[in-house]
Amino acid sequence: MNLLLLAIILAFSLSSYFFGRSEARKLVTGNIKLNALPAYYGYFLALWCGLPALIIFGGWSLFESTIIKTLILSDFSNIQSRDLFYERTLSFFNGNFSGEITNEIKVASERYAYLNNLAHNSKIALVASAIIASVVFAYKKIKNNNKARDDVEKILKILLFTSSLVAILTTLGIIASLLFESIKFFSTINIIDFLFGTSWSPQRAFVRDASTITPEEFLELKDAFGSVPLFAGTAFIALIAMCVAVPIGLFAGIYLAEYASTSVRKYSKPIIEILAGIPTVVYGFFAALTVGPFFRSLGESLGLTVSSESALAAGLIMGIMIIPYISSLSDDIINSVPQSLREGSYAIGATKSETIKKVVIPAALPGIIGSILLAVSRAIGETMIVVMAAGLAANLTINPLESTTTITTQIVMILVGDQEFDSPKTQAAFALGLTLFIATLFLNYIALRVVKKYREKYD
Amino acid sequence: MELENKKIKIQAKNLNVYYGAKQALFNINLEINQKEVTALIGPSGCGKSTFIRCINRMNDVIDICKVDGSIEIDGSEINDKKVDVVMLREKIGMVFQKPNPFPKSIYDNIAYGPIIHGLAEEKNQMDNIVETSLKKAALWDEVKDRLDEPGTSLSGGQQQRLCIARALSVSPEVILMDEPCSALDPIATAKIEELIDELKKSYTIVIVTHSMAQAVRVSQKTGFFHMGKIIEVDSTDKIFKNPSNKMTQDYITGRFG
Repeated sequence: MNLLLLAIILAFSLSSYFFGRSEARKLVTGNIKLNALPAYYGYFLALWCGLPALIIFGGWSLFESTIIKTLILSDFSNIQSRDLFYERTLSFFNGNFSGEITNEIKVASERYAYLNNLAHNSKIALVASAIIASVVFAYKKIKNNNKARDDVEKILKILLFTSSLVAILTTLGIIASLLFESIKFFSTINIIDFLFGTSWSPQRAFVRDASTITPEEFLELKDAFGSVPLFAGTAFIALIAMCVAVPIGLFAGIYLAEYASTSVRKYSKPIIEILAGIPTVVYGFFAALTVGPFFRSLGESLGLTVSSESALAAGLIMGIMIIPYISSLSDDIINSVPQSLREGSYAIGATKSETIKKVVIPAALPGIIGSILLAVSRAIGETMIVVMAAGLAANLTINPLESTTTITTQIVMILVGDQEFDSPKTQAAFALGLTLFIATLFLNYIALRVVKKYREKYD
Repeated sequence: MELENKKIKIQAKNLNVYYGAKQALFNINLEINQKEVTALIGPSGCGKSTFIRCINRMNDVIDICKVDGSIEIDGSEINDKKVDVVMLREKIGMVFQKPNPFPKSIYDNIAYGPIIHGLAEEKNQMDNIVETSLKKAALWDEVKDRLDEPGTSLSGGQQQRLCIARALSVSPEVILMDEPCSALDPIATAKIEELIDELKKSYTIVIVTHSMAQAVRVSQKTGFFHMGKIIEVDSTDKIFKNPSNKMTQDYITGRFG
């Protein structure tokens, strides 16, 4: 039914385009000249016909069910477990309820049928009157030979502004929800203990309502949420990944940009970029099933104890995954260094590698640093590879052969399965998320500052 | 005339240049005299830039470019495989159409060449090279207090003089200039021309220009290129007052090009 209504709105909008266009053409008589091309009058009418109706339709559909629910439940103030009651009413109304039918459910169901019908009819009425009102309004403007071009531009500008507003509001919403849950977490666990504690074992706070924690348990919880091992693990694996990705990616980028012939470049660049297209879960099991065991047997043959889930395996594979980010971006950046700089260097007798080292790379440096920092934040946020290959034990270690864990892995571990959302354990996920977010934000800020500083120096 | 008394510095014989299948220069024969300014004029795409890029083998950089024939500098062939282009380019400096200072400080821009060729062992030697090069390029007084600032912070005319100073820093014998004033305003152009006049006392200069007036002002010898061929070469005086070829006449009077 909703789909039909939507189709009708769009059909009206489309036909009002043609109507508006032909009405505008009719205006051209004698010495009257249109203020815009006839098609603009069509767009103008179509936008006025479609947009208000769509906004009303969307808004109504969004809030309809919540309002009906509130209205019905307000009639039954003595009912316990209200959500369940409402679910039962709905399934009774739809005729697939198999439990005990109480009198209340029957009454509520009748009320629901009435409200639903009312809501539906009023939606149609509202949408129809919106279409009529706005079409009449816009039609009058057309008859007055309005500046349709400017008006259409204005409407489109508002439309585009709204889109960016949605994106911004979503971001703010996510931050707010992170912040809100984190504050709840920090009301149980001291923020100092969380940030500087060196032991992470949230299992100890297994599913428990925060309000029922006894003082003894609280003391125990105190050192269950030290996030230092997670941050250390994250930074460590990212470091290993960057040790792999930066040299290989950068050198590959330089080769592609400066040395490779056009035909080699044409084929090898897409092939390298395929690396970025492989799903991370594939990298994950490659790391866990192939690289991890390989390192373990290699280590054993050398007399070392190597965990089969090691930071080294995860970091190495993550580094390989990141190579195309660095190589592709630095290739583009090196290519955009003006040819005249290279020629200036050659003309004074510099060789190719001298030119690259002393002129091209310094000129491309801001962009290269930017691409590296982009890769770092990719490494920090990467989840799948570390979940599969780095392990879950929160060891505070700098031995790359031991298993370690990262923030993202722990967030996954905490939230997998059925969880009560008010236990400190699940709230810890939000606190971790918030800290990770702040850390990445800080990194991006530094990156922008660095890039800006070099740009001032080199451009 | 004085032309006959001059020693020949660069001599091109039967030079042909191809970009892929397209031939850009046809049988060029040209003599360039020592310590004077030779101007190359002609409409766009006539091959004059291609020609001067042959003199320091800059065309080596372009994959599809093939050079055929001979260019001798002081009597020795430069198109020989045995010739080291690094040494060749130390001897032949080049200034480009658009000023192209490196993204480095003014000082480092000049020090770049001497470092590559190992010309200075100590800091004060390098300071000396930088100072003399900038003085020769008539830029020293304007930049001596801000040698640490990026070369790109200078004005267009100053940047071009910086590039000339950079070319001078390795003590070349020849300076090639590919439309060095085309991106500059008249005042900066006048300064560069003044500089060229000064430099020709010690260097052999080949300049490509689109400005007939500039060729008259700065050069002693002029070559007119058209469609990859040399139409006429003679003293600048003769070319602009009494050309022997009808096409040259038409070009300098602005009838085409």
